[in-house]
Amino acid sequence: MSKDIYVIAEQRDGKLAKVGKELIGEATKLAADLGEKVVGVVLGSGITEEAKNLYKYGADEVVVVDDPALAIYMTEPYAKALTAVIKECDPNVVLFGATSIGRDLAPRVAGRVHTGLTADCTGLSIIEDEEVGKLLAMTRPAFGGNIMATILCKHHRPQMATVRPGVMAALKKDDSKTGEVKAIKVEFTDADKNVEILEEVKATKKIVDITEAKVLVSGGRGIGGPEGFDMLRECAAELGGEISSSRACVDAGWIESSRQVGQTGKTVRPDLYIACGISGAIQHVAGMESSELVIAINKNDTAAIFGVSDLGIVGDCKVIIPKLTEALKKYNAEKESN
Amino acid sequence: MKIVVCIKQVPDTTEVKLDPKTNTLIRDGVPSIINPDDKAGIEAALQLKEQTGGTVTVVCMGPPQADVALREALAMGCDDAILLSDRAFGGSDTFATATIIAAGLKTLDFDVIITGRQAIDGDTAQVGPQIAEQLHIPQVSYAEDIKVDGKALIVKRQFEDRYHMIKVQTPCLITALSELAKPRYMTVSGIVDAYEKEVKVLGFEDLKNNFDPANIGLKGSPTNVYKSFTKQAKGAGTVLNVTADEAVQAIMDKLVEKHII
Repeated sequence: MSKDIYVIAEQRDGKLAKVGKELIGEATKLAADLGEKVVGVVLGSGITEEAKNLYKYGADEVVVVDDPALAIYMTEPYAKALTAVIKECDPNVVLFGATSIGRDLAPRVAGRVHTGLTADCTGLSIIEDEEVGKLLAMTRPAFGGNIMATILCKHHRPQMATVRPGVMAALKKDDSKTGEVKAIKVEFTDADKNVEILEEVKATKKIVDITEAKVLVSGGRGIGGPEGFDMLRECAAELGGEISSSRACVDAGWIESSRQVGQTGKTVRPDLYIACGISGAIQHVAGMESSELVIAINKNDTAAIFGVSDLGIVGDCKVIIPKLTEALKKYNAEKESN
Repeated sequence: MKIVVCIKQVPDTTEVKLDPKTNTLIRDGVPSIINPDDKAGIEAALQLKEQTGGTVTVVCMGPPQADVALREALAMGCDDAILLSDRAFGGSDTFATATIIAAGLKTLDFDVIITGRQAIDGDTAQVGPQIAEQLHIPQVSYAEDIKVDGKALIVKRQFEDRYHMIKVQTPCLITALSELAKPRYMTVSGIVDAYEKEVKVLGFEDLKNNFDPANIGLKGSPTNVYKSFTKQAKGAGTVLNVTADEAVQAIMDKLVEKHII
């Protein structure tokens, strides 16, 4: 019988990605409800030692396919490796991060093993079904974030889902935990390498991961132009935060797309989110509504963003933000001199 | 090169609003459009054709109204259009949808299949890779750029923190990011021609030998929707309409109160 929750913990350049740790944290809760175990799976080359770290984040078992054919991400060798893991271990649930790797690999594997796959989930829970017993209920935004849908996969195993990075919480790292790594051997042939990677170019500019920021000062169309972000950057610096953006500014070319918050961008949940000149379209709100404290500044007193804000300011952010930056500078200077 | 583009007709989700009283979607008057990533795929296909010669066939699965989306693709310059439409196809999840589209594609001769990365109504990004799996051909997803290299293609494949230049032999499937190509406008003569052309319709009877009928439609879908709901809106807090200096003071007070500073 299919059992246990398998988390495909993504690695890049031999380092485990944060999303895998988040998924293991979430999986420990689901596993408790199911009375099953959490198994971390790492695919790569020379990753066995790094894979052991998954024990520290809550995995009960760790499985690897460690092979030079998996040194760099390629769809077919990874799909073959994971299919072999699924065939051998017969998991009940398989979870992936909804990254550009997870969303490439998961559908290919789901197709191959003929099971269901739910994309980009933001909520997972276990429900009791009259007909088939305990099931994974996979909740995700649909229709551009306008509605939420809960999806079931009743008759096929494993139940598979990709989960948005930044939505689930990782457990606190427990350095005392460790364990053995189970290696699964897969034979790779030249035919598996059905594409050729001519070049791999890593981003030279240090990419700021806005999902990691504790404070985000975010700009929308109301900041007036690309120079508006300079103003926000200065304010964010005083708060020890980063800048982010609505889709409108990315589409207008004012800022890079990696800073976009929302349905088609990133989901963030900082301690403080300051929305400047952002109207609050539902697609944007979908990406920031879990923020602890939301402050919105908008000229339009009926802007939808005020509906999800703890504090709303009706006014021009081009006037208010520079004044706020000054006030913060003064406050920080006083704090330092004390 | 024989190029096939798969498109989806979607509601323009940016135009969808919630009824504040009932908290339900207002669908009336929401226009149907060609999914943006798919439209970039059409443009990329037309550019490939301009470089290599050949044909561009556009394929869409959907209800009879999706004819409009196919006509738009013809007006942009695609050569042929096929609509995969049948009541039996309704309720398909991504697995079943990929099964049907792959069955339709098996009736064609192709070198390259281009799909959009994802549709704005479902946002799953699953159907492209699942079609490739069913057809047993390589896929390159998240394509930002495509160049022709003899019988192969060189694709710039985007990741969050890097890109790969990938050489892939044909036949293959590529999923297009909207950055891949800026769609051209329809021309007046193109629109006239588009309505003179035939859109071939393939239904269950035409495709039944190309798929297992147990794998399509609502019943053939491994996943099903258990429930759908609108999100609980986060309650609105205080909204102040005061002078800039008072506003800044209010923000500072809040930041101190919440221990942010």
